[in-house]
Amino acid sequence: MPRKKLRILIAKPGLDGHDRGAKVVARALRDAGMEVIYTGLRQTPESIVETALQEDVDAIGLSILSGAHNHLFKKIIDLLKKEGAEDIPIFGGGIIPEDDMPYLTNIGVKKIFGPGTSTEKIVTYIKEMTNR
Amino acid sequence: MNSFDELIKRMNSGEIRALGKIITVMENDPSSSAYIIPQIHNLTGNAHIVGITGPPGSGKSSLVDKLISCYRNDGLKVGVIAIDPTSPFTGGAILGDRIRMKRHYTDKDVFIRSMATRGDLGGLSEATRNTIKALDAFGKDVIIIETVGAGQVEVDIVKVADTVVVVSVPSMGDSVQTLKAGIMEIGDIFAVNKADIEGVEKCIIEIRMMLELSEKKREWIPPIIKTYGNKDDGTDDLYESIKNHHKYLIESGHYEQRRIIRGKTELVDILQNLFIKNLYDSISEKEMGELAKKIANREKDPYMIIEELIPRLKRLFEVL
Repeated sequence: MPRKKLRILIAKPGLDGHDRGAKVVARALRDAGMEVIYTGLRQTPESIVETALQEDVDAIGLSILSGAHNHLFKKIIDLLKKEGAEDIPIFGGGIIPEDDMPYLTNIGVKKIFGPGTSTEKIVTYIKEMTNR
Repeated sequence: MNSFDELIKRMNSGEIRALGKIITVMENDPSSSAYIIPQIHNLTGNAHIVGITGPPGSGKSSLVDKLISCYRNDGLKVGVIAIDPTSPFTGGAILGDRIRMKRHYTDKDVFIRSMATRGDLGGLSEATRNTIKALDAFGKDVIIIETVGAGQVEVDIVKVADTVVVVSVPSMGDSVQTLKAGIMEIGDIFAVNKADIEGVEKCIIEIRMMLELSEKKREWIPPIIKTYGNKDDGTDDLYESIKNHHKYLIESGHYEQRRIIRGKTELVDILQNLFIKNLYDSISEKEMGELAKKIANREKDPYMIIEELIPRLKRLFEVL
């Protein structure tokens, strides 16, 4: 009886003051039958990557409100590459301006969900992205 | 060389991601454990396995965080399995115990794995056991298992741990009540956490009284230790007690005994799971439904049906 479950890391890098958005997403993924590893506020890129390896997650979702997204996404993607784990897809959300999207896509971020995205859309996206 | 062999090789060479992946495959598919465990079983048996259990919100994760620091100060390598409940309605889970263990995230000698119960009663599964083995084979000196928030009957932790710490908190009024029947009996050490809130002495007295009521002659008298979520007081005492208990087990010969008992329950559990799996593989959901209908409308009784099913199940085991 294989009972594969999607395991998703929801993390907040940087200095954001609250994590309401991340919690809403975590809850929605849970309700969609996924196992969500939630690590809380103010994580460093190093700790996020280390967690992703130990927990063997199928995807990483980052929530960033602080404006430091370009730097943080890049750092995390670089660290994943260093660990030979660039196959773990990354998506994100928070306050991220349209203008920054091309850069983020270019460095390998799979998808950015802006404010107002329905959780349903995120769930569908993750399922499609991971082929389940 | 198949993909499992390669993963095992990578794990044995110390690669953290490979260990993470081995755990996943064993958790998802018990038949892969039947391939992997035989190759790592003889590398295991060295780690001290410590179970931390207690009601939800009693501070188990925070205590685990502090214990990790103690072990790391002594230069020991630590594995942690933190278990949270799976929703019986959606099958999903929020695994959030790690939040309390942040400061150890980037320590390469601390491996923390969150696991969901995935519907196993008692909160521990074949997968948990196999995860312990993987961590043990990986060279961890101690493996800490944090159970789901436990009530009265979640005592499975004794089946896998050498040392069980039961965490309770004062002023819950009924917290000792919930301890009374089940998990009260399995503590090798009692931690009364959040000891700065009112009622701590009463809580300690109640635990002590319950321990003294036991007619069993004990060689090991479970210590009761005050601990705090917000400061380090008491953590060293708890750490010392855990190490003392480990020493006691080894010197008294109980270590060996517990491991033999564990071997037996492990065997029985795996057989049971195998049996259930074969059962569900050989009787379709539809057939099961029809049989249930017959029982409900008194056409047949359950024993009669089992009598009819047994030859089929026997055949299944013959081909194994």
